[in-house]
Amino acid sequence: MTNYDALIFEKSVTGRCGYSLPKGFASEFSLDTIDSVYKRDNAPLLPEVSEVDVVRHFSNISQKNFGVETGFYPLGSCTMKYNPKINDEIAANKTFNNIHPLQPASTVQGILKIHDELQKILSEISGLKEFSLNPYAGAHGELTGLMIMKKYHEDRADFKRNKVIVPDSAHGTNPASTAVCGMEVIEIKSNANGRVDLAALKAVLSDEVAGMMLTNPNTLGVFENDICEISKLVHESGGLMYYDGANLNAILGKARPGDMGFDIMHINLHKTFSTPHGGGGPGSGPVGVCDKLVDLLPNPRVKKMEDYYYVQTDALAIGRISSHFGNFLVWLRAYCYVLTLGREQLGKVGELATLNANYIQEALKKDYKSPLSGYSMHECVFDGLVDQSTGVRTLDVAKRLLDYGMHAPTIYFPLLFHQSIMIEPTETESKQTLDKFIEIMKKIAQEAKTDPDMLKSAPHDTYVRRIDEVFAAKKMILTYTDYLNYLNE
Amino acid sequence: MSKVLDDLYYSESHEWVKVLDGDTVLLGISDFAQSQLGSVVFVDLPDVGTKLIIHKEFGAVESVKAASDLISPVSGVVLEVNEDLIGEPELINQDPYEAWLLKVKLTNPKELDALLNKAEYAKISG
Amino acid sequence: MFKYFPHTDSDIEAMKKSLSIKTIDELFEDVPKGVFFSREYQVPEMMSETEIRTYFENLAKENKELVCFAGLGTYDHYSPAVIPFLTSRQEFLTAYTPYQPEVSQGTLQYIFEYQSMIQALTGMDNSNASMYDGATATAEACFMAEAITRRKKILISKTVNPLTADVVKTYAHYKGLEIEFVPAKDGGTDWNALQDLANSDIAALVVQKPNFFGVIEAFDQAAQIMHNVGALLIENADISTLGVLKTPRADGADIACGDCQSLGVPMAFGGPSLGYMATIKTHVRRIPGRICGLSFDIDGKRAFVLTLQAREQHIRREKANSNICSNQSLMALYVTIYLSLMGSSGLSRVNELSYEGAHYLAEKLVKTGKFKLAFAKPFLKEFTLETLISTPLIQEALLKNGFLGGLPLQEFGEEYENLISFAVTEKRTKAEIDRLVSVLEGLS
Repeated sequence: MTNYDALIFEKSVTGRCGYSLPKGFASEFSLDTIDSVYKRDNAPLLPEVSEVDVVRHFSNISQKNFGVETGFYPLGSCTMKYNPKINDEIAANKTFNNIHPLQPASTVQGILKIHDELQKILSEISGLKEFSLNPYAGAHGELTGLMIMKKYHEDRADFKRNKVIVPDSAHGTNPASTAVCGMEVIEIKSNANGRVDLAALKAVLSDEVAGMMLTNPNTLGVFENDICEISKLVHESGGLMYYDGANLNAILGKARPGDMGFDIMHINLHKTFSTPHGGGGPGSGPVGVCDKLVDLLPNPRVKKMEDYYYVQTDALAIGRISSHFGNFLVWLRAYCYVLTLGREQLGKVGELATLNANYIQEALKKDYKSPLSGYSMHECVFDGLVDQSTGVRTLDVAKRLLDYGMHAPTIYFPLLFHQSIMIEPTETESKQTLDKFIEIMKKIAQEAKTDPDMLKSAPHDTYVRRIDEVFAAKKMILTYTDYLNYLNE
Repeated sequence: MSKVLDDLYYSESHEWVKVLDGDTVLLGISDFAQSQLGSVVFVDLPDVGTKLIIHKEFGAVESVKAASDLISPVSGVVLEVNEDLIGEPELINQDPYEAWLLKVKLTNPKELDALLNKAEYAKISG
Repeated sequence: MFKYFPHTDSDIEAMKKSLSIKTIDELFEDVPKGVFFSREYQVPEMMSETEIRTYFENLAKENKELVCFAGLGTYDHYSPAVIPFLTSRQEFLTAYTPYQPEVSQGTLQYIFEYQSMIQALTGMDNSNASMYDGATATAEACFMAEAITRRKKILISKTVNPLTADVVKTYAHYKGLEIEFVPAKDGGTDWNALQDLANSDIAALVVQKPNFFGVIEAFDQAAQIMHNVGALLIENADISTLGVLKTPRADGADIACGDCQSLGVPMAFGGPSLGYMATIKTHVRRIPGRICGLSFDIDGKRAFVLTLQAREQHIRREKANSNICSNQSLMALYVTIYLSLMGSSGLSRVNELSYEGAHYLAEKLVKTGKFKLAFAKPFLKEFTLETLISTPLIQEALLKNGFLGGLPLQEFGEEYENLISFAVTEKRTKAEIDRLVSVLEGLS
């Protein structure tokens, strides 16, 4: 483990440089001739370092990070599956990287073809009619989908519909996206089985409801068995059904959102379709719609006439939610992934992911509280330790797992349970890895009884230990300049 | 068991009201509320002169992991804001009944009748 | 057997046994019969890795690489060789959002360094950890202005890139904000017109530097007029040019936003890039997106952690400042490495070389007698020419000769019928420029 502890600014030495640029050829023109009223007063505070310094710096700090390739990363609802290297190789192709987004269609037929082929594949997998690849992330896809929902009603001169139904188990982006789209959230409570309560749903349906947002399987990792009834009720009251694709991995090969009655959905390519998470992006959140909503997809659009692809800006669309076609190199990777799996393997993803999650659930039931009965889908949820007598909470279990070289699962979500641990292994993990994880989780449950204080002060073997988050929020040292000011206090 | 004081009024959303004289009151949040939040790092309060409307949101209290809206238990006008909380928001955790948030002039003192007394509030805050 | 699925038949048997099931389908008993998908997807058959390579090689060949003289928000700047080697380190590439900071100090540290560099370039007090792109960052800046001023009207200068303005318009329409455009005059914002439009209904004005025409505008009047009516100034600036141009802070802007693509990010057909957003201390709690702060662990070691999370969707839900969750983190790493390598002297040099090349090209084109500068105003690396020759014809002629650009502006509005836009970066050689000029000299 590295001992490197420096900010890049702290490596700076006046006079060092890390770049090489061409000699100019037109020095008769000089920036100096621009009036100083347009220019900055002093140089920006950036480091002066050599290329070697830069390489060492970032190589060293990377070692303080845990990635999917470091070890098991069972974050629930994040689908941390293996990120194939062939995808990265294709995305590094020089031609793909060298194309300006405003190149005329005649010069980018290859890229436009990729767009068309991928959106057709996503449509087949989801049971919907057409996809836009423009949204940059899942939350961005949600916002786009909600705009489509809103415009659908506006176009029908139905301006009363400004509310969206969201279950209390929903991911925070669902109500947040609703608010950003200028609509109100109606939250309904889940029933004792962790699913949508049909009576609660019926009670809030009205002619003011634009639609409902659902994840299926939901954030508790269970399948909404009443989904057909739910869709029927919402449609009958004039609303649309929106599918949050965060948990799509569970049902690849087993079910399609379009068949369940969903009209609009987004997919997280950085979850279900193996593109790397990048520490928090770039992701990609394509939006798909049923037949009657196709014209509303955001601009720019890719269209096909016989064998020719072209770009169109449509007046009927919701508008533009990105400058161009979203994160091209990300959806390029997803296309490579679906071709690598093909029809033979894509259908197996859901069952292997689900088998893995249930295997873990069964093995840990004695030590961790299962708040729901029955099978889980691709992720399982526990509500903390069965034996909480020593005061060891989910946070402590998660931090202790880091000492064992595994990344913690998602904790304190869903909010329905106070000590939530949500575990999603994904289909790319072997039985050996799962057995190791189970063994460690059981060991931690034991440690909770025999040495609770050690857990409450975990982690012990990581580069840094528990961090003072109150200090961070109060002092607000958010830049190097802030840090220098803090040191001078 | 969280602390509940005798001579205060309480709201269901965990604010307390202390009558200073006639129609001038102090507002704050209860011991139960601060313990639920954890270490307070920031308080978002309205300016002096702002009109408060009963049952409407007037600000927020933030900790590291949560943010809680402040719901006004009364209608009135803000006379004073507790400036100490800007630099030391943790005062709310240390003594929630001393660390008042706002001094308010009531526009409808009858609203106090609808608030909870110590016993009633103790029941809902456990 | 498949390379991404480690399960052997005996693994699966053992796992089924532990669950007392005969078939895996029993785990899907909650899926209604009518919904259960029992056929194969109608998608292409699986391809081996060698077949994949050939397939994509051929697909890549169906695109034409051109010598880039186009801009309008995406610029062909030098991309240092070092960067991909560092950004493809798996610990950066395959990590998730740093919610467990103890094992994410790599990600958190580069976010802190990124925030510091954006702050240095914009002159503002604080930056967030990135947005999707410049256009959506601008839209979110407008929402931030709405939250701060509680007003619902946004003014946008007509000199802002129409693609950016379209995104702002779309976002605004659904959120319930009104948009009005401030007319342009001689390639800049019409300040008199702005004066007439400014009133206490306005939340903010959006301007761009350099603007859609490549012109560098002076914004001191903008800040004054806006602040006089209690509104904010939002400046969308090409961050690379801030290496030499006056900062949004010095212009009096309250929020600085824009795209970071010009910091050596590959053009890549528009993505991934990243947007930046920075503001003054008073407004930092209103900024959307993630923010990383510095702190210490229980052993007193310096450490980084996501902070001010109470603004974000996973805590505030419908009351959050924004719905943004994943941003463009790896691209923030990309530009942090770029700026570390370049430093302020390198960034200065990039702008100087771009300036020289652009002015060299502009002068040569004007000398052909077929063009004149549309606006007698200062420009840096991008400029607009006026011509009587059909601009699509010009673009066509250049395309045939392997050039992208100039870009006809009439695609963005009939009023731009005779205008064509060119951009020149430090990558363009004298030979390329001379060849482009000779192609156009032959046109009539």
